[in-house]
Amino acid sequence: MEGIYAFCVGLMTACGIFLTLRGRTFSVVVGLTLLSYAVNLFLFASGRLKLDGAAVLGMSEEYGDPLPQALVLTAIVIGFAMTAFAVILAMRARADLGNDHVDGRIPQTKEQVRQKSGGQR
Amino acid sequence: MNTLLCIPLLVLLGTLVPLCSTRYSRTACAFLTAALPAIALFLMLQLAPAVLDGQRFQTSLAWVPSLGLNLAFRLDGLTLLFSILILGIGLLVILYARYYLSNNDNIGKFFCYLILFMFAMLGVVMSDNLIQIWVFWELTSISSFLLISFWSSKSEARKGARMALTITGAGGLFLLAGLLMLGNVVGSFDLQTVLDSGDLIRAHSAYPVITVLILVGAFTKSAQFPFHFWLPNAMAAPTPVSSYLHSATMVKAGIFLMARFYPSLAGTDLWFLIVSMTGLATFLLGGYLALFQHDLKGLLANSTISHLGLITLLLGMGSDLALVAAIFHIINHATFKASLFMAAGIIDHESGSRDMRQLNGLWKYMPYTATLAMVASSAMAGVPLLNGFLSKEMFFNETLHQDSLGSLSWMVPVMATLGGVLSVAYSTRFVHDVFFNGEPINLPKTPHEPPRYMRVPVEILVALCLLVGIFPGWIVGDLLYSASFSALNAPVPEYSLAIWHGFNIPLLMSVIALLGGLFVYYNRQHLFKFQAQFPSNDPKILFERAIQQLVAKAAWFIGLFENGSLQRYMYFLFMFTIIVSAYPLLDLDTTAGRRPEIPLDALSITGAVLLSIASLATVIWHRRRMVALLTVSVVGLIVTLAFVRFSAPDLALTQLSVEVVTMILLMLALFFLPQKTPKESSPRRVVRDLGISAMIGGIVGTVIYALMTRPLDTISDFFTENSKTGGGGTNVVNVILVDFRGFDTLGEITVLGIAALGIFKLIARMRLYMPSSNEQGRPWSSDRHPLMLAVVSQSLLPLALLVSAYIFLRGHNMPGGGFIAGLITSVAVIQLYVAHGVDWIKDRLKLDYQIMIGSGIGIAALTGLGSWFFGRPFLTSWFDYFYLPVIGKFELASAMLFDLGVYLTVVGATMLILANLGQLTTSERAVFEEEE
Repeated sequence: MEGIYAFCVGLMTACGIFLTLRGRTFSVVVGLTLLSYAVNLFLFASGRLKLDGAAVLGMSEEYGDPLPQALVLTAIVIGFAMTAFAVILAMRARADLGNDHVDGRIPQTKEQVRQKSGGQR
Repeated sequence: MNTLLCIPLLVLLGTLVPLCSTRYSRTACAFLTAALPAIALFLMLQLAPAVLDGQRFQTSLAWVPSLGLNLAFRLDGLTLLFSILILGIGLLVILYARYYLSNNDNIGKFFCYLILFMFAMLGVVMSDNLIQIWVFWELTSISSFLLISFWSSKSEARKGARMALTITGAGGLFLLAGLLMLGNVVGSFDLQTVLDSGDLIRAHSAYPVITVLILVGAFTKSAQFPFHFWLPNAMAAPTPVSSYLHSATMVKAGIFLMARFYPSLAGTDLWFLIVSMTGLATFLLGGYLALFQHDLKGLLANSTISHLGLITLLLGMGSDLALVAAIFHIINHATFKASLFMAAGIIDHESGSRDMRQLNGLWKYMPYTATLAMVASSAMAGVPLLNGFLSKEMFFNETLHQDSLGSLSWMVPVMATLGGVLSVAYSTRFVHDVFFNGEPINLPKTPHEPPRYMRVPVEILVALCLLVGIFPGWIVGDLLYSASFSALNAPVPEYSLAIWHGFNIPLLMSVIALLGGLFVYYNRQHLFKFQAQFPSNDPKILFERAIQQLVAKAAWFIGLFENGSLQRYMYFLFMFTIIVSAYPLLDLDTTAGRRPEIPLDALSITGAVLLSIASLATVIWHRRRMVALLTVSVVGLIVTLAFVRFSAPDLALTQLSVEVVTMILLMLALFFLPQKTPKESSPRRVVRDLGISAMIGGIVGTVIYALMTRPLDTISDFFTENSKTGGGGTNVVNVILVDFRGFDTLGEITVLGIAALGIFKLIARMRLYMPSSNEQGRPWSSDRHPLMLAVVSQSLLPLALLVSAYIFLRGHNMPGGGFIAGLITSVAVIQLYVAHGVDWIKDRLKLDYQIMIGSGIGIAALTGLGSWFFGRPFLTSWFDYFYLPVIGKFELASAMLFDLGVYLTVVGATMLILANLGQLTTSERAVFEEEE
């Protein structure tokens, strides 16, 4: 079980990072969402995986580690606030700058630059 | 000693006086400003007799004792001498400045800066603690900056001030490093301890570094070669400032420092070589440059550099008598140079020019000022019967009795005589060019004598030059002796202050210097022609160019990394992450640990496969944004299920409700953003990014696998054991959140509230393009609020709120709590918004979400503060059990109140974000429909 759990966390991290490296704000926001899932699962797993062991006294014989759970619970809520902030920032950037590129302007390719400087000459 | 503390404090208080009295006349302002420093001087003079008898006053208040930093002041001979110079000349300068500054200048501001400098300088000389010396030292640099740039509309004033601050401020940093090392070596920052442990310091391996660092600090401040160039540029300051800071006091701070640390640092070849050679070079260079200045103040500035070099040279000679001579020359130079600057200021003020090519024959117009200036410049030249002659004789005598250069030591007296020649030459030029030598040329004003009281400060100083010159022992003998005694920290050798020592070599050197100087001045035309062959290189321009080059280089270097592209920053960040996190993994022998794995089952495999497919699909279809949003929500749901599977019901509940809120938020956002992402990454970029993300994914997966397969050593047993007995709840996760780690939670909901308010501000005044159709060009549905949804949502609301209340109440003992209940409430209200629109809700639900956030955080914080009333630490919780007839046994806990705060903050924050974003669509669309 630990093996596929680790695989899933790794895959989600990779997908999240690939998306955060894209050039448009919305992809970055989706990437951040994926990445925060992965981070939450990662933190949660630091208390080791446990089946049928909810940390409620009297419900089971052995309990899962409650500390990472408490940590992750607030992390989920703060993660929502962060995603919301990023996405609103993206909207504001588009409203003020007229495009949704992460740099605030669409970068020119080398050919475009060449054409432009050629035209100026 | 309270008086000791009063002296600097009075002066500090004095900085406020001119600001308050600036509305009165300039005379009143000047007198009020002078009052407090005058009292300080009076107090100082009352202590003087005891100090002259060899007593030393010290006072100390603990400041940061753990760092060895005390607010400590001392008064010994050296301090007394400098304090009298600072306060005495300061008072004269205040009187002088009252006449010098015009009505257009803000005299209150000027006096405020001037007194601030006085305080800083007094602090430097009176401090009894190394770090405290440095603090005041930097304060002198800053107040000097403010004073030089007083006429800030002039470009040269700004440039000169910046240069002075750069040089002296940078030197100050060297000094700080040196002082910290010195304090470390000695083991104390107490000045007297440092002065008493000279042998320890000189034997220490760090001695050369300490000496060089401290000397760089002293040399920059005292304008020693090669840092001398800032001083002539500081002449852009008003002349009272030049007279006070840049001749009498501040530039002496470096000299003071060398004299102060003389017992600790001097006495080695390293000290002699650096200090004496720097002093000699400065002495000659300053004299040479002074000769060729056409600006009156430029001449005086360069001559100041030269005289500072002379004092430095004396300090570097290594004999105790040379130190006595150095201190004597400090007094003499301060008196004659301050009076010369004041005279130059009078000439500038009354004739409108400082250029010696225009100023000629002023004797006719201002004979009285001319006489004063001539006496002062004779003192500068070292003419007998004036104070400059005495210290110069002592200087010549010392150059004959040193052997710091071995067999080359004979060069020092020769060069000293040469310096004397230059000194006589420029002094002669000052007198002859300005007061004689024909008629004035094109002066803006007809020169005349200054107001009566403007001359008083000059008269006092010139009288002192004469008195010291004729009755040296009587006037300054005691002061000089006690200053030398405390500077040496040892008995003072025999010396004689007599005017006449018989026919000897120093007298011969003086005669050569006088005659040679006159000869050089007479033949100055040849020298000027020779000098004109050099290309002029103004240090100001060179300095500015160097600064600009530095800035350009720095900008270029930063540009290599920071080019404004987020993608590049992310690339650097992730590459760095790979390097930092992969490296330790190389040392890990096996990936899998010894902890047995949980056996696989079909359900988990199904979940894992779905999660993998959904994650990959998000990446593959990320350019079709709606599809990517749907797949990412699938990932979120499976994460929720994973929490259920691995015994974390609280997390599952939280994740599920956050998932709903996040998706609504992202859909709303997508409405305003382009529906598709263009294909713009180059294939190379895609391959690179795939490589990076695969590497990091692999590392993260490895780390978590290695972690999970190793045994757990947890601190959670404490929480599990004390949850019921200490926190009164059986749901350990919730008890940790609201009780054990309640302070963390308080911080977290504060962050949440701040983020929501930040978003609220971002949304306000946002102007967005509103698409009227979807991406296929199909217009939006005209039925904005479907009837079915509206009806269902309304009946759903009370149920949802009931669930949320239930989840909230049971939170302490069963999965649930404020966070989850808050999110469920938000979802319930949001579906109402979706079904009915913002306007409908606004009429019915009168809630201010900002107040909700505020009251939530407030309740949580007040609950924490409440425990103070019972004498317990912040956020101590309380709980007890009660019985009610119908309900039965139930529990009340203060943690519940805290959880209510959490609940309110979560609801407020979520709704503030979503309701405002949703409102954006409604208000804009209403406008759109009207246009149709």
